[in-house]
Amino acid sequence: MSLFRDRGVVLRTMRLGEADRIVTLLTESHGKVRAVAKGVRRTKSKFGSRLEPLSHVALLGWQGRGDLDIVNQVEVIDTFRAVREDLDRIGAGLSMLEVVDQVAQEQHANPALYRMLVGALGALAQANSPMVSPAFFLKVLVLEGTAPYLDGCVSCGEEDEALLVAFDLLEGGVLCRSCRRGRPLSPEALVLMRRTLGGGLAGVLGEPRSPLTDEVMTVATEAMEIHLDRRLRSVRSGTLA
Amino acid sequence: MPLYPGPLQDLIDEMGRLPGIGPKSAQRITFHLLKSPAEDAMRLAQAIVAVKERISLCERCFDVAEDTYCVICNDDRRQTGTICVVEEAKDIVSVERTGQFSGRYHVLQGSLNPIEGVGPEQLRIKELLARLEEEDVQELILCTNPNLEGEATAMYLARLLQPLGLSVTRIASGLPVGGDLEYADDLTLARALEGRREIGNA
Ligand SMILES: [Zn+2]
Ligand SMILES: [Zn+2]
Repeated sequence: MSLFRDRGVVLRTMRLGEADRIVTLLTESHGKVRAVAKGVRRTKSKFGSRLEPLSHVALLGWQGRGDLDIVNQVEVIDTFRAVREDLDRIGAGLSMLEVVDQVAQEQHANPALYRMLVGALGALAQANSPMVSPAFFLKVLVLEGTAPYLDGCVSCGEEDEALLVAFDLLEGGVLCRSCRRGRPLSPEALVLMRRTLGGGLAGVLGEPRSPLTDEVMTVATEAMEIHLDRRLRSVRSGTLA
Repeated sequence: MPLYPGPLQDLIDEMGRLPGIGPKSAQRITFHLLKSPAEDAMRLAQAIVAVKERISLCERCFDVAEDTYCVICNDDRRQTGTICVVEEAKDIVSVERTGQFSGRYHVLQGSLNPIEGVGPEQLRIKELLARLEEEDVQELILCTNPNLEGEATAMYLARLLQPLGLSVTRIASGLPVGGDLEYADDLTLARALEGRREIGNA
């Protein structure tokens, strides 16, 4: 057994035995890590609330021989308290954790994904912006090498914005009126998605919730579901919001 | 590939389906039962059968019950009009041990867990709403676990119930008795500070 030190965000926890939990984290340098936190469910546990989903922690752990590590010490970097005390933001935060849990791999460092997640949770703690999670989904698609093409029709190359009316991730992006497949896309949603991926994220996060942001959320969710080949339960069961 | 004679493998498989029991433990328990006296094993089997035959859920609060209603709902001395909402029936035992609560309970049968696909529909929330008028409920105490799922459940219920003009309170979550301040994490400490109360200067 060797000792390791890393920073990570708690994605998920699962009860184990009487008082323990298996904690899944996305770490900066060790990829996705699954570790046992002993006694964490006891109210007197030294881990306290540090190992709850959404927490950003620095941890010291034992690398196990099997697929489970053991948590030794935990320090909180950020609990994103504003997120966990607002139902809408919990929903948005958990949907990002669910995506990361699906995308991240064990023993495969993905520091870019880690930085994006920490950044997105920080943004969510700053403001209850409806665009944080859809922007995160789109950026994860880019990181995964499946960036949706938004500059013109993926089928015929048509660039006239007025003619770009549909979106289909299976085709690779937006489609024009004559090639349309997938779902309809409003011109305003296309603009918002282009700004999200084209360096205008700060402005995008200032958008108040509207049918437009709901549309982008739906498009981004469906695109992510196609990429993962799986429903996003936290969004679908998310009658939370 | 059956490793053991059929009945033995069946028991190992059944044990392995229990929460918190892995394949190794399932095997260990099964062989323990195999070695132990027949009457011990029969007692266990009968206890399981008796629970399944005689215990069901209280039709009012979803606590475990031997009758239509649970012991607490059947007790005339319990105050009506105040409901303590918990996640699991076993939480009732914890609250009862304090001797501080004399109303009735409502067991949600879980907590909101969006990632696992548990939404409000999967919990006994509709049934809770139905009780409000039936029992002329004035006060609700949300006694869900102080973890992310429990807090989310409490927030959801508060948002649902507060507009109805009831008193809705959440148990204070703070420092564990017997713990040292220096070991408290910041979230626990922050909640403890919020839940602080006046203390008499004797
Ligand atoms: Zn086209
Ligand atoms: Zn009852």
